[in-house]
Amino acid sequence: MIVKNRRVTFLIGGEAGDGIFASGNILSKTFMHGGLHVFSTNEYISIIRGGHQWYSITVSESPVFSNRYKIDFLIALNREVPIIHIDRLEKKTSFIIIDERDKSERIVDFNIISLPMYDILKKRNAKKVMRNSIALGALVGLVKYDISILERVYMNTYSEDIAEKNISLAKMGYNYVLEKYPHYLKKIFFSSNISRSQRIFCTGNEAIAIGAIASGLKFYAAYPMTPASSILHFLALLQKDLNIVVIQPESELAAINMIIGAAFAGVRSMTATSGGGFSLMTEALGFAAMAEIPVVIVVVQRPGPSTGMPTYTSQGDLRFVLHASQGEFPRIVLAPGDPYEAFEIAYYSFNLAWKYQLPVIILSDKFLAESGWSCDKFIPPFPIEEGKIIRDVYNGREKYKRYKITEDGVSPFAIPGVQNAIVKANSNEHDEEGSPTYDPALVNSMVDKRFKKQELLKREMLRYKTIKYYGDEYPEKIIVSWGSLKGPILEAINILGKNKKIGFLQVIWMEPFPRDLVKNILSKVGENDIMIIENNRTGLLNSLLNEYLHLDVKKKFLKYDGRPPYPYEIIKFLEG
Amino acid sequence: MGSIYLTNKKNVWCPGCGNFAILNALIKALERLNLKPESVVLVSGIGCHGRINQYVNVNSIHVIHGRVLPVATGIKISNNRLTVIGHAGDGDAYAIGLGHLPHAARRNVDLTYIIHNNMIFGLTTGQVTPTTPKGMRTRSTPYGNIENPLNPLLLALVSGATFVARGFAGDIKHLIYLFEEGIKHKGFAFIDVLQPCVTFYNTYSYFRERVYRLEETDYDYTSFKKAIAKATEWGERIPIGIFYKIRRETFEEQLFQLKDKPLVQQEIRINLEKVYKILS
Repeated sequence: MIVKNRRVTFLIGGEAGDGIFASGNILSKTFMHGGLHVFSTNEYISIIRGGHQWYSITVSESPVFSNRYKIDFLIALNREVPIIHIDRLEKKTSFIIIDERDKSERIVDFNIISLPMYDILKKRNAKKVMRNSIALGALVGLVKYDISILERVYMNTYSEDIAEKNISLAKMGYNYVLEKYPHYLKKIFFSSNISRSQRIFCTGNEAIAIGAIASGLKFYAAYPMTPASSILHFLALLQKDLNIVVIQPESELAAINMIIGAAFAGVRSMTATSGGGFSLMTEALGFAAMAEIPVVIVVVQRPGPSTGMPTYTSQGDLRFVLHASQGEFPRIVLAPGDPYEAFEIAYYSFNLAWKYQLPVIILSDKFLAESGWSCDKFIPPFPIEEGKIIRDVYNGREKYKRYKITEDGVSPFAIPGVQNAIVKANSNEHDEEGSPTYDPALVNSMVDKRFKKQELLKREMLRYKTIKYYGDEYPEKIIVSWGSLKGPILEAINILGKNKKIGFLQVIWMEPFPRDLVKNILSKVGENDIMIIENNRTGLLNSLLNEYLHLDVKKKFLKYDGRPPYPYEIIKFLEG
Repeated sequence: MGSIYLTNKKNVWCPGCGNFAILNALIKALERLNLKPESVVLVSGIGCHGRINQYVNVNSIHVIHGRVLPVATGIKISNNRLTVIGHAGDGDAYAIGLGHLPHAARRNVDLTYIIHNNMIFGLTTGQVTPTTPKGMRTRSTPYGNIENPLNPLLLALVSGATFVARGFAGDIKHLIYLFEEGIKHKGFAFIDVLQPCVTFYNTYSYFRERVYRLEETDYDYTSFKKAIAKATEWGERIPIGIFYKIRRETFEEQLFQLKDKPLVQQEIRINLEKVYKILS
């Protein structure tokens, strides 16, 4: 008996250094491999030891898009954890798994599963960080889940000896609960029919990396910056298997200029950063545009200005990436909202960059980047496209001209090393051959040539989902949003149910902006029935609606404390 | 001159500019090395020197201020069969783009990095640079420069450059030799060229009176210690020549990805199953 839309939320809380993310990952995969849908996310502060951090996993028999405020099962790795989350726990129904020594009077109203975790560690001569495994085993026992799936995930994740040690600790936690708390045991999941072998547990950052790999990425250069760094880690780990070059240069200035050099020489290249690093890249962004060199730049937003809150989420950089760098030039800005979109956008952003020889920016955020979803394996939607690239021999009758003015504005793109072609690229305004020019007519035709690509893009856009619409065909209200907020909004709409007649418009292409499509959808309701939800202070997508449709949405839910909205907050906004 | 390495672009440098010597020496070096124009990429920065890419008939990219090295590095990693030569001014190399120098040097990417060091900002009409002598009056230091100049050779040496040289635009024959050796060198070749700016800082006679060729002494360029000592010699006598040269594995040689062929020539073979294994 599957209760539709039922969600169960698990949270592991403790200090930095407690191994919370590793255990969260293990538990997420354990539920996924049992045929369940999983959404996981975390919150941590920018320190290596101490402080409070948590990892939450929401599990369901039906697809799940966001985390919940309410916690059903809490693994508390120290005494403070239950107190910090006390408002998210429900008396009588929430369970707390905690070490015997960490029990306190303040949590007596909850279902307490206390274990002698430290004693077990001592007996087994195991490190403190391994108490997670005892707790995971206890949790699996408590919800009457299949412990062999947990064992399998340990075996897949760690070397044999480490996996075995963790498994034996998990079994001790499991058996302890079965023995001491038989009255609490309750089967809560009934597995669905999802094919197990075809599924992966993937974050937004990993999905972007996979999309890039699938699209032929061969060179990746990035300077570490939270929350973009896990793209660097993931690709660095994979470089041997995939024969791609991954380097961490001295700065974001170096990173973007290296990928410009690599792309100029014919290799699909990418960099990723957050707002601060992108600030350093802005000059080179214009360089790529002027020199017509295809680059893909991932900007993973976190709250600013300046250092802001490095490990939290934000949608505050939309206007920044739309306008970054001096001068006017065409660019593409794409904002995925879940791993499937992140994969697909990363995949086709290379096609767009190479076909149109311009910079493409993928605008993500921490909530998308570091949250994990159980997904089906991604499949590239169409073939790799390169446009007018010349890779071996130039056979033209006249001398090769890198910036030849063509009807569609896109010039044949020979790379250095091609026979019979001398390729000259320039950051200065230039003539067809790539020599600096100040000639007024020539300058005009070069600027126009670059902007002709915008016309091509208007046609190209039709191939992609530049917007998505969810919910009622004849809505009474429409929510407009973008990026990772898609998840909590879909959850909220699900909870409210069909009879509420709520529609949700997700804008994916920010530049070029799909004006007509957005207009069409929004014409379904009156202006007062349009609502905007964003993770920023000033309503940046709303400012685009204002710009393109002269629409200023009055009802706004703007959250800018570094946290994504919970579905319940969205429901409160919709009902308020 | 009729070299295959020369374009027919009209040269706009000031008559007598030190850049001419650098250009001519480069053309001669390319001729001697007999490199195919299609196989060479010239990366130039911002300043008077930046025009050099217009005059040399090889592939080129004129980059933004200070970023010659990362762009050149990206090109070399993409296609390590190309000969990549970077040209930068002292503003490019030692002011705004200095941060890249130690890293390119320690990385030992197989590049040649030629600095047109005229000790002044020429194209922006005569401001101070990191190599402008102390006390000098420029448009931005009308009461005299109070900052100590940088020692670029010493910096290149301690950063791990495997080829460190200094040339003088008044000695073109010697410059051809340095460029030829620098381009032939496997690894990061750093060549600082003392380049008089006839308009804002004419140093021809100053340097002519002082420079001497290391190659005409019994100097041994394989000793790091001697190179450090030699790099600090600056005054009545100023050494030019190869200060230091050793062979160390290059960055590209250590990239297993490039073992079979250059990155750009590798077919795109995508096997996502290996990726998915990590995530399952």
